[in-house]
Amino acid sequence: MTHSASLRQPGDGPLDAHRTRDLGIATLLGLLLLASMGLSLGLGSFPTSFGEVGQALATPEDSDIAFIVWELRLPRIVLAVLVGAALAMAGAILQGIVRNPLASPDVIGITSGAALAAVAFLALFGTGLSIHWLPASALLGALLAAMLVFLLAWKRGISPSRMVLVGIGLSAAMGAMTTLLIVISDDAAAMVAYVWLTGSLYAAQWQDVLGLLPWLLVAVPLCLTQARHMDAMALGDQVAQGLGVNVLRSRLLLMACSVALAGAAVAFAGGLSFVGLIAPHIAARLVGRGFARLVPAAALVGALIVLYADLLGRVAFLPKDLPAGIFVSGVGAPFFVYLLHRTRYQNH
Amino acid sequence: MLNHGVSRGAGLLLGLVLVAAAFVASVMLGTTQIAPATFAQALVHYDPARVAHIIIRTERLPRAVIAALVGASLAIAGALMQTMTRNPLASPGILGINAGAMFFVVIAVSLLPLHTPADYVWAALLGALVAACLVVVLSRGRQGELSPLRVVLAGVAITAMFVSFSQGLLIIDRQSFESVLYWLAGSVSGRELSLVVPLLPLYGGALLLCALLVRHANALLLGDDMVKGLGMRAGTIKLLLGLAVILLAGSSVALAGMIGFVGLIVPHMARGIFGVDHRWLLPACALLGASLLLLADVASRFLMPPQDVPVGVMTALVGTPFFIYLARRKQA
Repeated sequence: MTHSASLRQPGDGPLDAHRTRDLGIATLLGLLLLASMGLSLGLGSFPTSFGEVGQALATPEDSDIAFIVWELRLPRIVLAVLVGAALAMAGAILQGIVRNPLASPDVIGITSGAALAAVAFLALFGTGLSIHWLPASALLGALLAAMLVFLLAWKRGISPSRMVLVGIGLSAAMGAMTTLLIVISDDAAAMVAYVWLTGSLYAAQWQDVLGLLPWLLVAVPLCLTQARHMDAMALGDQVAQGLGVNVLRSRLLLMACSVALAGAAVAFAGGLSFVGLIAPHIAARLVGRGFARLVPAAALVGALIVLYADLLGRVAFLPKDLPAGIFVSGVGAPFFVYLLHRTRYQNH
Repeated sequence: MLNHGVSRGAGLLLGLVLVAAAFVASVMLGTTQIAPATFAQALVHYDPARVAHIIIRTERLPRAVIAALVGASLAIAGALMQTMTRNPLASPGILGINAGAMFFVVIAVSLLPLHTPADYVWAALLGALVAACLVVVLSRGRQGELSPLRVVLAGVAITAMFVSFSQGLLIIDRQSFESVLYWLAGSVSGRELSLVVPLLPLYGGALLLCALLVRHANALLLGDDMVKGLGMRAGTIKLLLGLAVILLAGSSVALAGMIGFVGLIVPHMARGIFGVDHRWLLPACALLGASLLLLADVASRFLMPPQDVPVGVMTALVGTPFFIYLARRKQA
């Protein structure tokens, strides 16, 4: 992989061609996503024809099908799209910050912090306290974990590789505590915690969508304002400083965006691993490495991955409703192995 | 650091005393305290009518033996891996070897009719082999050297892959919940002594390999070229040492599930005391590793009584600060 995309200057001939091509690809991905959402809306445990679904969408009145479409399927599909997009963008940002294509929110401990907090919540309060507080505690866990990683990796500044290693160590400790909590809680609570850890969109509601949306609305514009700085930092800290970028400030801002996106997504959908890792790679192959194009493309790819994983979980093994996380790892893990193999000559 | 042969010998002797003390503590301490006299009696004049004797024979003694065996093996495996990869963070836990073995054992236990460690140890060895091959192939750089951060990232991702596959299996087949949890958490309790015996030849084979290759391992530290001076290719040595790692780690996972950080911490401690010479380092790792896991297991009984905390949780909690210290110290 080269950084040629970020090196291109305005006025170069091929730039406009590239921009048109990238726009075309993004439009195609967007259309594909819309079509997939429509497909997903028509499929489910209750048989519905696409005509019925369309009618129910147009006239949200009191019928069974309208209820299924509006209250069961649509929130779940929208949440899947938002979660996938958020995780993919968090991964793209993180890989940019640490300049390593193998980093992801799950590797550096953000996901395990959220998981620990969520499982602690389930173990302590069980079903006693309202389950609506679960996302809040997961988000808090993600933020605390990220802060801890930053603090422990601080040594006259932040070195990306040190941050990755510290994150790996911390996520091992948090994973151990999560296991401990599962072992000591009763079987029913343990199973709930386990499904949550795998990542599931089961019983998603509009409330969840509304809970996740603000994080995206704040974090996405914020990280796009840093796109130029990110492209400069891709060439190395010294080059970026030479170009007038405040490296530490940019890195902190971008890191905050990544944590907010990953934490919020994990809070509402559980520990979906591998999305943040693989979606940015697929996107980079489609549109190149410029950060401002990579982020939206990664978001679309991530949304597609989670949407189809959830669709498979919903309809492929009826009457069972399997967690989307199983399918994400099933596809993501082999892809990741391929990725490792393909990038084996990079000296990171 | 102990530089002199005599002081090193004394150090090893001290290590042996430590293992013995930890072993006795592991048998005696717990929710039921056992007097030293009762322990001795249970060994010499076993009386099946006495509850204390039954506890010693069926629970405490196997548990202590397994803890010592697994601790020693993981520590030796970690030391060998750190030598082979020249990476201070290498260990069977971090690089995904344990997770690979664990996943294959979970498949064997939940999908195939294999129920004792002697049956599914082969699955564990196969899993360890697969994971080891993945790590080596995937982390190879341009000149064939393994870049430290890359090796660690590859290992972590491979661990994540095997763990999430196991979780998926668990959710599809809820019957195997207990067993999967056992492997994931890592535990030395609830095993009979007779189950350990069939695995001893595997441990023996691995130790024999280590003993034969100890000088070659020293040469590896100085560089691949030095190994040629001893009349063997570096690749062959690494292959054989890798085989030892797989035997040690695979058998340990078959007995006790995923126990992390022993293989990471102990070699560093042993190197700090005995230096880098494998003739001293490997025995020291065995003794310190056995003591560490025995003591961690004793501590796990008192963390949250009457609950038995899985010993893998204890080692992770103890090991993380050390891992972070290593990560901060390294100029990466």
